[in-house]
Amino acid sequence: MTAFSMTDLATVAPEIFLAVLGLALLMAGVFRGDRASGWISWAVVAGFAAAAGLVWQGGGARALAFDGLYVSDAFSLFMKQLTLLGSGLALVLSIRFNDREGIARIEYPVLFLFATLGMMTMISANDLLVLYVGLELQSLCLYVVAAYRRDSVRSTEAGLKYFVLGALSSGMLLYGVSLIYGYTGTTRFDVLVEQVAGHGAPALGLVVGLVFLISGLAFKVSAVPFHMWTPDVYEGAPTPVTAFFAAAPKVAALALFARVLVGAFGPLVEQWSQIIVFLSIASMALGAFAAVGQTNIKRLMAYSSIGHMGYVLIGLAAGNVSGLRGLLIYTAIYVVMGIGTFACILCMRRQGRTVEAIADLAGLARTHPMVAFALAIFMFSMSGIPPLAGFFGKFYVFMSAIEAGLYVLAVLGVLSSVVAAFYYLRIVKVMYFDEPDAVLDRPIGGTLAVVLAGTSTFTLLFFLAPGPLLARAQAAAAALIGG
Amino acid sequence: MTVYVLCIFLPLIGAIVAGFFGRAIGDRASQIVTCGCMIGSAVLAVPIFIEVALGGGVRTIELFPWFVSGDFTAAWALKFDTLSAVMVLTVSVVASAIHVYSVGYMAHDKSIPRFMAYLNLFTFFMLVLVTAANFMQLFFGWEGVGLVSYLLIGFWYDRSSACAAAIKAFLVNRVGDFGFALGIIGVFWLFGSVDFDTVFAAAPAMAGKEFVALGLSTDALTFVCMLLFVGAMGKSAQIVLHTWLPDAMEGPTPVSALIHAATMVTAGVFMVCRLSPMFEYAPSALALVAIVGATTAFFAATIGMVQNDIKRVIAYSTCSQLGYMFFAAGVSAYPAAIFHLMTHAYFKALLFLGAGSVIHAMSNEQDMRKMGGIWRKIPITYAVMWIGSLALAGIPFFAGFYSKDMILESAWGAHTAQGQYAFWLGIVAAILTAFYSWRLLFLTFHGRPRADRRTMEHVHESPPIMIVPLVFLAVGAIFAGWLGYDRFVGEHMGEFWRGAILILPGNAALENAHHSPRWVQVLPIAVALAGIAGAYVAYMQRPDLPGIIAARLRPLYLFVLNKWYFDELYDRIFVRPAHALGRGFWKAGDGEIIDGVGPDGLAAATLDLSRRAVRLQSGYLYHYAFAMLIGVVALITWYLYGRS
Repeated sequence: MTAFSMTDLATVAPEIFLAVLGLALLMAGVFRGDRASGWISWAVVAGFAAAAGLVWQGGGARALAFDGLYVSDAFSLFMKQLTLLGSGLALVLSIRFNDREGIARIEYPVLFLFATLGMMTMISANDLLVLYVGLELQSLCLYVVAAYRRDSVRSTEAGLKYFVLGALSSGMLLYGVSLIYGYTGTTRFDVLVEQVAGHGAPALGLVVGLVFLISGLAFKVSAVPFHMWTPDVYEGAPTPVTAFFAAAPKVAALALFARVLVGAFGPLVEQWSQIIVFLSIASMALGAFAAVGQTNIKRLMAYSSIGHMGYVLIGLAAGNVSGLRGLLIYTAIYVVMGIGTFACILCMRRQGRTVEAIADLAGLARTHPMVAFALAIFMFSMSGIPPLAGFFGKFYVFMSAIEAGLYVLAVLGVLSSVVAAFYYLRIVKVMYFDEPDAVLDRPIGGTLAVVLAGTSTFTLLFFLAPGPLLARAQAAAAALIGG
Repeated sequence: MTVYVLCIFLPLIGAIVAGFFGRAIGDRASQIVTCGCMIGSAVLAVPIFIEVALGGGVRTIELFPWFVSGDFTAAWALKFDTLSAVMVLTVSVVASAIHVYSVGYMAHDKSIPRFMAYLNLFTFFMLVLVTAANFMQLFFGWEGVGLVSYLLIGFWYDRSSACAAAIKAFLVNRVGDFGFALGIIGVFWLFGSVDFDTVFAAAPAMAGKEFVALGLSTDALTFVCMLLFVGAMGKSAQIVLHTWLPDAMEGPTPVSALIHAATMVTAGVFMVCRLSPMFEYAPSALALVAIVGATTAFFAATIGMVQNDIKRVIAYSTCSQLGYMFFAAGVSAYPAAIFHLMTHAYFKALLFLGAGSVIHAMSNEQDMRKMGGIWRKIPITYAVMWIGSLALAGIPFFAGFYSKDMILESAWGAHTAQGQYAFWLGIVAAILTAFYSWRLLFLTFHGRPRADRRTMEHVHESPPIMIVPLVFLAVGAIFAGWLGYDRFVGEHMGEFWRGAILILPGNAALENAHHSPRWVQVLPIAVALAGIAGAYVAYMQRPDLPGIIAARLRPLYLFVLNKWYFDELYDRIFVRPAHALGRGFWKAGDGEIIDGVGPDGLAAATLDLSRRAVRLQSGYLYHYAFAMLIGVVALITWYLYGRS
């Protein structure tokens, strides 16, 4: 073990910056009290932006730090920026909501910040233990924000459920890690690759360990059958928190998934691919069918996100560069669409109270034409209608599945997206063709409007210039497969 | 050559102008254009008739190739011989009169350009039909007149009865057309060509050739001719395929006059005559033609006696007269058939237009029971109706006398069983014809007025634009027979027809007709007079008599009144089963199987699955944890099995 050098610190500069900022803001918050939550939130948003800048400055060159425990490459660059974007937007959505609901406290932005720090650690992890540390840092913060509305039974219930099930999944993940360590003698990804590549058939214990590890990670991306927490937590948590859940942690968990399976266990792709295929099919199917029966829009979005994770996992199951590229593109588009949709859901207030039923959207096209139009864009995009962004996400993952010979998977994916189209289009129908029974509040607020405009424009016009995103996703995927 | 082409295509130009630009140029201009084109065509038809029929300038004008596909070739060509020249002249002259009449009759209609364009288009198709030089072009004209007939019957498309009648006409004609199309296929199969000249030249060699179908050996030429005759039956409304013609009276009266009396319905007769070089070698097919024709002549005349709608009486009369033409063709007296076709075109158009004038005068009333006593008020109409009826009944020196007598004498002169059958049925039909014609005259014009006072006060003679064509046609109805007799069926027959029609030396019906016994020559006139006398007694002297007879012979009366129950029979045999079948396919096939399993079934299955998926989410923490653990166990198990 060598003493760490300044180069190591340069590699982790964004994380160090966020950690220090978090501590400083926590101190400031303690002294200033809850009244300061507003500017602290904006400070955290600014911090995210600055961290994204630092990540950008770090560049996409592969660099190891701390004796190989930590890695920075084009893949982590892509995923970290996406995570920071998701977290930042979710926090922006929260500020006004928390004010109005009277739950604005200084812990909230700081918890967001530390959760994001955990995610970035996950993304850059090059070691099973670093992975675990990052995962727990993120998860503990998420448990708290899920139960953030302490006086609401549903919110606390959501937090508790998430915590218990999260602990269970962490246990499984750790058990898997221990088995893997036991059979290979290492926890470092780059060493693991060499270990599993060398021998013919992997040891049984190693495989069992891998399954446990996958189960732990599947919990984080809420893939079926480890999805059970998702609908309850999505519904129970305050809406901005749900938006946060839908965006940033998914990105981090997917990054981890990709890095562990492709990076560390790449040679065993034959072994884990079928499990991912199963998770993918189950998620797509359940996401599609269960969402049809929902009346609460947040619950519907929970199933929708389960379905979307199924599509993303198609890219992972393909296991090649184009599959990973599809995964990255899909994830990026999904984050934007998800944040946009939740921004629309945050507009759903009536006489100052939040409403969440799909029926409450009736006649939105007449009362809030712009919001309805934006939501329609997101719904069409999520169901994969060209030329909206969502179509391209699906297109690239299906294409990679075809390339990898996973025809059944691709066909089932397309079929389930047909079913999913039903509930997306139903929302459009409710907005445009049903009679409104009571009008939702106006105006919707400046920040919401800005976020909505930005995300919907991206979704609508992505097809005009998909090049930059494609190129960056290509570079990130190549970095992972190559490394 | 320009004259020939222009004569045929002028009506098409008129139809295009009035049809596509009618709205732009207005009603008056449309009428002028279409009537101008039509009259121009009729004027051009005269020199054509003189040059071709009288001067012997038979010719075929090739316009351009139509189908060239391997062995199969067909060209657009205009064939001008005596037969087509007669037809072109008759069609264009009668059509001109009717065009002019329509200007007055349809003056208050909303869509005059459309009507005039249809009339022009119809005439064009009819002219193409009669000048066809091959089967394909014949079929083109055939279908074309069928199409325009459909459009004109359903001209008042806001009346459901008109739409139903149009559909009925189209469908019944389809049956005939199907036979016709099969016949054309058979011709091509037999002769390897659809060109008339080629086929006719090869026909003698084909006589007696047999082919085996369904294990039965059949005479090939006879079979093909019978199929072609099925087409003729459909178009010419012969018994079993006649049901559309009376219903077609739903169209405006000029349409009835042009299409359903003078021209289109005669296409079947024309076709049989045109194909005489084939039919002559298929004696069984000819016998069938004679029997069907004679039966129709009798059958339609019986129904005509009891109809109360003035146009329907004339419609059944048309049906009956077509029967005469067919049995004339069936005994190889093709010239007599064409002669009657020509004279009939004049007097039947006259009768229809006269009926139209009556309807016009009676404020659109068509029921004869609500007319009567109007002859003083509309004397010209009354006079022309008399002329038409006299011609129809075959009273001497009117047009119908020459042609109808010749047909009956030919039937006698055939000296065959079917000839005798046709002769006697023709005689009976002649009594009936005279009877219903004068029944029509007496009921319509004489007796006590039975219309209400307002209608009676309103009765007036038609405007000159309608009267002039009537008088013109009346002249034709008087003189057409006298003028044509010598050339069509008389002494100069041979040099007139010049091989346009083939009659084998063995089938000398027409020749024998000139030497028939005196009683055969007198009998048709005698029975016609008897029929008139009968009608006078029953409707003028003893107006209670028809009621008494109807009551006495009630079953027979009902049988005839209900048109021999043909419509009811077809309804049972064809319409209802087809309806039931369609309903079955719709309800069971499409509704329950395709929709039920397809869209509806899938949707229901999706909803069901969705309910189950939602129920999985119980809300209990231990269920969730259990699901996760089960998931891990299942994955590991599957993984291990999948590995081995």
